[in-house]
Amino acid sequence: MPYHCLKRARPAAVSLTLCLAFFQSASPAHSQEKPYFVTYSHDLEEPGNLDIETKTALARPDGSTHYGATAFEFEYGLLGWWTSELYLDGQATAQDSTIFTGFRIENRVRPLMRDHLINPVLYVEYENTSGADKTILEFVGHDSQSDLAEPNGDARRDHQHEAELKLILSSNVRDWNIAENFITEKNLGHEPWEFGYAIGASRPLRGAAGSRSCTFCAEKFQAGAEAYGGLGNTDSLTLRDTSHYIAPLIGWQLPKGLRLSFSPGFGLTSSSLARVYRVGVAYEFNQFGNWFHSANGGVQ
Amino acid sequence: MNHPPLNSLVALAFIFCAVLAFAAAVHSHWDHVPPKDHAHTNPLAASQQAAAAGSLVYADHCAECHKADARGDGHKRPSLRTDPVHTATDGDLEWFLRQGDLAHGMPSWSSLPTQQRWQLVAYLRSIQ
Repeated sequence: MPYHCLKRARPAAVSLTLCLAFFQSASPAHSQEKPYFVTYSHDLEEPGNLDIETKTALARPDGSTHYGATAFEFEYGLLGWWTSELYLDGQATAQDSTIFTGFRIENRVRPLMRDHLINPVLYVEYENTSGADKTILEFVGHDSQSDLAEPNGDARRDHQHEAELKLILSSNVRDWNIAENFITEKNLGHEPWEFGYAIGASRPLRGAAGSRSCTFCAEKFQAGAEAYGGLGNTDSLTLRDTSHYIAPLIGWQLPKGLRLSFSPGFGLTSSSLARVYRVGVAYEFNQFGNWFHSANGGVQ
Repeated sequence: MNHPPLNSLVALAFIFCAVLAFAAAVHSHWDHVPPKDHAHTNPLAASQQAAAAGSLVYADHCAECHKADARGDGHKRPSLRTDPVHTATDGDLEWFLRQGDLAHGMPSWSSLPTQQRWQLVAYLRSIQ
């Protein structure tokens, strides 16, 4: 192999080796995550665990080209009742460009320490994204597919500093999870409050676990559906020109802490994308917080 | 004005602490389990495979904190081979799995299917 090729290949090989060693040394964990992409349930991350997930949306707005937008999600369980997340977003649009579109920080808190018929979770998020962000992890106000059709060069000039609040209500009934999210979002500039919703239901394909370890057995799969959309804003509290979607879901818990999920979403109004396909890949690191503590409790 | 002697105050404080400690000692870990849940019996208790299946559920969800041998880490992650677990009813254990103890780091496992929680209870019974 020529020297210049070796020179290029070495960093990649080292990165790959380090990456493999990292995953090999990590203890995998299986969380209680649901296969939802937009809806949140009341499940929080187990304290000390780090869940890394990519959520990719693939779609083609009318009058534009195909795009793929990915949110890298780092979810950490700070306490039993408090989970914190960092998202890094980017997208690639065919015949256009591939760009980083911003970050988001969110916190979810369970105010009630016991499990109830309906479990509330309070959600607070700060978003610092550009107008070119296409991850569409929620729809609010009059969000429409035309927002996703702008060329990246134009859309990225629009900076969005937004605060988002959600009230998450979620119940577990007879192995079903049923979750309702009420969303309000405020651009921290002089923009009106926008509203949205997401509802979802899911359950494992089988309740009882088998007595032998397996990969393809029914209890490793979860299925369900979610619906989400915008509800207008304080200037125009109407459903006119709002987007709404319905999306079946399937999730698969693989061995060694890996989790896959897939959801084809179908637009229900003329403002909606006709179809949006979502793919999720997640890996959970067991007791990540302990990696930085020595045996006697001090920080290494 | 006469002030009580310091020795009397110390003695009173000591008695107060002793009473508190005694009260804490006689308080059962499961006192707050609702009677209906306390009385539940494990519907899978007769199944020989329940404990085996429960051991897999344990490995997936519990071993990360309580360790593979269920003896905990000796600090914040408690052992599950203790008297409170041994003396609890099946219903107490299932209720606790469902509720968790969020304030002390134990997640609620209400998202686990009911049958898997009972399989876990069967496994916990088998290791006592």
